[in-house]
Amino acid sequence: MPLTAWASRLLPADPARRRLAVFLGSALLLLVLPLVAQGFGNAWVRILDTALLYVLLALGLNIVVGYAGLLDLGYVAFYAVGAYMFALLASPHLFETFPAIAALLPNGLHTPIWLVLPLGAALAALAGVMLGAPVLRLRGDYLAIVTLGFGEIIRVFMNNLDAPLNLTNGPKGLSGIDPLRVFGLNLGRPLELGGYTLSSVTLYYYLFLLMAVLSVIVCVRLEKSRIGRAWMAMREDEIAAKAMGLNVRNLKLLAFGMGATFGGVAGVLFAAFQGFVSPESFSLHESVLIVAMVVLGGLGHLPGVVVGAVLLAALPEVLRYVAGPLQALTGGRLDAAILRQLMVALAMIGIMLLRPRGLWPAPEHGQPAPPRPDPAALPPVAAKPGSPP
Amino acid sequence: MDIFLQQIINGLVLGSIYALVALGYTMVYGIINLINFAHGEVLMVGAMVSWTVITLIGPGTLPGVLLLLIALAVAMGVCMVLNVAIERLAYRPLRDAPRLAPLITAMGVSLLLQTLAMILWKPGYKPYPTLLPNQVFHVGGAVITFTQVAILGVTALTLAGLMLLIHRSRLGRAMRATAENPRVAALMGVRPDTVIAATFAIGAALAALAGVMVASNYGSVQHAMGFLPGLKAFTAAVFGGIGNLPGAMVGGLLLGLIESLGAGYIGPLTGGVLGSHYQDIFAFIVLILVLTLRPQGLLGERVADRA
Repeated sequence: MPLTAWASRLLPADPARRRLAVFLGSALLLLVLPLVAQGFGNAWVRILDTALLYVLLALGLNIVVGYAGLLDLGYVAFYAVGAYMFALLASPHLFETFPAIAALLPNGLHTPIWLVLPLGAALAALAGVMLGAPVLRLRGDYLAIVTLGFGEIIRVFMNNLDAPLNLTNGPKGLSGIDPLRVFGLNLGRPLELGGYTLSSVTLYYYLFLLMAVLSVIVCVRLEKSRIGRAWMAMREDEIAAKAMGLNVRNLKLLAFGMGATFGGVAGVLFAAFQGFVSPESFSLHESVLIVAMVVLGGLGHLPGVVVGAVLLAALPEVLRYVAGPLQALTGGRLDAAILRQLMVALAMIGIMLLRPRGLWPAPEHGQPAPPRPDPAALPPVAAKPGSPP
Repeated sequence: MDIFLQQIINGLVLGSIYALVALGYTMVYGIINLINFAHGEVLMVGAMVSWTVITLIGPGTLPGVLLLLIALAVAMGVCMVLNVAIERLAYRPLRDAPRLAPLITAMGVSLLLQTLAMILWKPGYKPYPTLLPNQVFHVGGAVITFTQVAILGVTALTLAGLMLLIHRSRLGRAMRATAENPRVAALMGVRPDTVIAATFAIGAALAALAGVMVASNYGSVQHAMGFLPGLKAFTAAVFGGIGNLPGAMVGGLLLGLIESLGAGYIGPLTGGVLGSHYQDIFAFIVLILVLTLRPQGLLGERVADRA
């Protein structure tokens, strides 16, 4: 590969310095990326933002599926919990619907981010544990289908909790959600910095990037911690893990809870970013998409998960620009949304068939068993009668 | 009282459709331990193909029943070929892979079929013509349409035929043997690959039949129509004890009754707080209850530890 050879000649030879160079290089790239993209239009930055949100979601689901081995197809429910919580606490909806709240807070609800983020995380974690508790005994396919059902139940409620008590505004969704304010900085407005304008989506990009980096750090630490290793032991063999004295029940609940926390935080960010939430954003397709990201990238392997998330989130968005002519060519049958779905579906099938362990699998996976001890060192076994000497 | 009877009838109709689809799930799960997520989409393809056939020939040019039968036959044929192809391309190569891999391809196939349906037939509801007589029967205050009677009758006949096939024919014996243990069955001269393909074909035919029934009963088709029935049929299969054929039938009928009665009575019972649009949550509540209280299902014997 001439490209990689060329790239490696640019980098210092010493491995430690090489790692530092790669680290600084990617950090610089991530920081500059939206500024460059902004030049081509805010739509491109918006794609980056969405990709980062999906990275957050995929990292969260990776805790549940990748580390603990619990296939959760209702993950989007926690995303919804976070998003709806923020939407309710920072939009005029509750204020307009309930006179009691209007009387209590005459200026409307504008809950600050420092209250909402932990609250969203906590609420989602609680929902995660609540989902986990009744399904502790289930594994594999059964767990998948029950969590899928759980996601659908949440969606039915989101769709129907507009009567007799209008809580979610039903299929119409909640709009007019406040943008996030961080230390007095309103992320919803462009920021003038010495004559250079940072657009709102770019500001969100930096917030999302910060959250994604934090999540990666949390995940790396988690992976190496006792809890992380216990999860993986449980994933590989639950009975053996139990026999070794691990509390499988608490580990599972913890995995559901921690995974859900990420989903809740991502939901809060999503609601603030969009300014609008409706049940449509939390369909089963979304869950399947996130599962696909985790599995396609490489289950339980952080770089793989991040790559999977970015790939599946950003690529179809980029395809949107290809879709115009294609749509005209096919008489309107193949628009961007359909093309995206087609791609996700084909990727799910194709990558599983070609690389069942994902695009960038964890190196430990598929490692051969440790070499057997030298037979000569073992006590001799009595020869079976009839076997050759 | 008449509401009760009406909901029972509706529940039985709904339940017999679930039962047909659940059989496809349970047969596949019994043999290769795979939740065929795409099974609901096969139902959708069946309904769509039959819609296309009916629109192509044109309702009114042939006697309604004949037209419906032709459409049904074409739909069944297409679905059988489709399902066997899916098994060959997306599931068979992964039979020895980690459990998650075929599950993911199954979800991929489900998404793919929905997308292709959107491309082929365009999104949105399409009216499905009424081909059976518009006659209505009154049974003690409740109303039952001719279509509903037909659904109940055809389901009963199909189930009886399927039981005969499974328990009396050579293929049925091969299927049962493969479900029990594919390796031993292979030693006995059964070809597991052929049996599995046949299972997918039978399941697809049942799903196509169910698809035509759903379309005739509700009078419309669209690309996402297979998803919920598919999910609920899986619930029915688990309810009855997955891998168990009579279980799938019983589970399907019971689930239909629970849903129908639940939707009918949830309004009055909760004082109007929850309405009949909560119908879809009953299946999942049943699923969670069954899996936590009796994971082997109503008629299943084996403990669900393999899941």
